Amino acid sequence: MVYHTNKKVNNFMSKKILFVEDEAALQKTLGDVLEQEGYKVINTLDGEAGLKAAKAEIPDLILLDLILPKMHGFEVLKSLKGDAATKDIPIIVLTNLESMGDIEKALELGATTYLVKASYTLEEVVSKIKKALGE
Amino acid sequence: MMTYKEILEQLNVRANCKKYGLGMWRCPQFLFLVMGGAIIATAIITYVLGTRYVADPDTVSLIVLVTTLILFVLTFSITRSLEGLAEANRLKSEFISIVSHQLRAPLSNLKWALEILISGRFGKISGKPVDYLQILEDNTKRMGELVASLLIVSRIEQGRFPLHKAAFPLIDLIKEAVAEFKPIASASNIDIVLEAPKSDLPLAFGDSAQLKIVVENFIDNAVRYTKGSGKVAVSIAPKNGGLLFSCKDGGVGIPKEDQRHIFQKFFRSSNVLKYQTQGSGLGLYIAKSIIEKSGGKIGFKSEQDKGSTFWFTIPTKK
Repeated sequence: MVYHTNKKVNNFMSKKILFVEDEAALQKTLGDVLEQEGYKVINTLDGEAGLKAAKAEIPDLILLDLILPKMHGFEVLKSLKGDAATKDIPIIVLTNLESMGDIEKALELGATTYLVKASYTLEEVVSKIKKALGE
Repeated sequence: MMTYKEILEQLNVRANCKKYGLGMWRCPQFLFLVMGGAIIATAIITYVLGTRYVADPDTVSLIVLVTTLILFVLTFSITRSLEGLAEANRLKSEFISIVSHQLRAPLSNLKWALEILISGRFGKISGKPVDYLQILEDNTKRMGELVASLLIVSRIEQGRFPLHKAAFPLIDLIKEAVAEFKPIASASNIDIVLEAPKSDLPLAFGDSAQLKIVVENFIDNAVRYTKGSGKVAVSIAPKNGGLLFSCKDGGVGIPKEDQRHIFQKFFRSSNVLKYQTQGSGLGLYIAKSIIEKSGGKIGFKSEQDKGSTFWFTIPTKK
């Protein structure tokens, strides 16, 4: 298996969040906070593994970086939205790209929300995630 | 040796000038073409003059040939050195762009890790360590702001700095900025006063997010460079069919010899360096670019040890 799960909280009732991000430090910080909030977090470090995990696990939400090894975030997004099994999963793009072109492209491809890492606190990101999950 | 493709690329003058971010008349490749035309013209004139005043046709051709050759060699070496400068300038812009982009990822990591520690989510922290975490957080924020400024500069230099213009109430933006700076200012015994006409002001037309950067920069400078207690007067008024914003302080001022450099990138006035070691010298450069792109004007009046007034104008919604 290319991806691994953090096994601190493994409640069957808890919602699954897939986090596709090549920065290990960010996976740790945001991942720890989300687990404390009661979510099950699946971490993947590149676009290909992220796509595979999304199709295998069908998470409740996907956090997607754009600049990723092996497969760009836009391609992952396009592929997820083109597949009937994954097209309804809300996707939050979490990146440091902030040009209007990138933002528009991501939203056009079907991303629910677009967050620029440098402009948000962790608490704000968590509340956006809760909102996207309808909580 | 240049390959065939490279030669073709060199011939695409417009693309080359765009790459350097230079106007046509400052672009080495274009100037080289213009000089080429001038050389041909010189050769023809020399030939005409020669046939009229010099009897021997061999001497005429020799004069024409030598003049043309000298001019050509001169032009070639001058444009070559210009090209080197333009290339160095482009590499510098690219360097700033890469560095600022690359610094953002580790800065986000630091920011969020510190946020977790300070929030006490994974264990409460108390006593001295809190102070040190606060120092780390403040400095991470400072670095983040500097990197954000560098990113704006690199976008301006590469011509990738689009403004999203719309009509908006400038006065609201100014009120917000004043409220934001009040606590910091009053901590140094500086009073920020807002002077605005009682009547409704017309809506400004521009990119409100970018203009906020300019307003904040003016107020920040006014507060930062007021030594001891003092007053900062911020005002807004209609002017010539547009709006005039100004920010007046009684601070350290700008020495006369530094005034013409004040909007230059990375420039910091000689007298402020002894009061304030912080500051990148980017704020006013960015402000000028934003105001000029918005169709307004920017300027200042300043006297050393008496204070400065910085102002800008912005078009209103027609």
